[in-house]
Amino acid sequence: MTTREKFTAQVTLPSDTEVRVTRSFHAPRMLVWQAHTVPELMQRWLGHTGWSMPVCEMDVRVGGKYRWRWCSDENGQAFGFFGTFTEVSEPATLSYDQYYDPGNFDSAMPLDNPTMIRSTYTEKHGITTLVTLMDFGSKEARDAAISTGMTDGMEVSYGRLDALFASEQGK
Amino acid sequence: MQASERLNMTFAALADPTRRAIMARLALGEASVAELAAPFNMSQPAISKHLKVLETAGLISTGQDANKRPRKIEGGPMQEAVAWLEGYRKFWERRYEALDALLGQMEASRPKSRRKRRQV
Repeated sequence: MTTREKFTAQVTLPSDTEVRVTRSFHAPRMLVWQAHTVPELMQRWLGHTGWSMPVCEMDVRVGGKYRWRWCSDENGQAFGFFGTFTEVSEPATLSYDQYYDPGNFDSAMPLDNPTMIRSTYTEKHGITTLVTLMDFGSKEARDAAISTGMTDGMEVSYGRLDALFASEQGK
Repeated sequence: MQASERLNMTFAALADPTRRAIMARLALGEASVAELAAPFNMSQPAISKHLKVLETAGLISTGQDANKRPRKIEGGPMQEAVAWLEGYRKFWERRYEALDALLGQMEASRPKSRRKRRQV
């Protein structure tokens, strides 16, 4: 148990408009799928220290909508994402478009054009690999999203977050 | 030049297997055009073209020796490009570490019989 492989996220740029994020997990893919589609589970890991996720609505079917919103505990800043599912094949493939809801948060993320996201879940020997391909529609939008990912408010207090993970895993 | 323009040039310059191989060679130390051309089935002018792209992007420079004109790596733009993507990668990694913890809890709370059936 203690010697099992530690997986890390890989990020590649397959084209000028896309980003691909790949990560494996020591879990059956049904659990990884549920963690991405069941609101009560999503809220347990998509929130961050100092940021709660009070809104997480998921209507997981083709044409169904979703809406996520994060709020800062400190100053009430809020932002989110929303969109429509375009492909649902449980527990293998989930595709959706995604619009950024800036709330009252100042960010360089694009507003007008949706990002097209396709996640594929494959399982082998109890290890699930999740590949998320995001097409931002333009190079500018993609680069802005990547730059935002490294600087925006969700990166706050990671020291505390790391400590939290350590205590969770030590249980 | 803006940081974003520099990043564009860096990634465009590296979006070619020959240029990546040249960078890999130069990572071992400086080399002349002839030395760089040797492992490739390419003429020196063709290699020079690739070197020009890398040099324009600021990824390599030409050394002092007037005869040999050795090329060498300039670390700045590469580090910037790596740092840019690495920040984004870390953002996902932190999220996924939280997911690891959740998956562990989900797995632990599943009934044993159900776990067994799922593996079949």
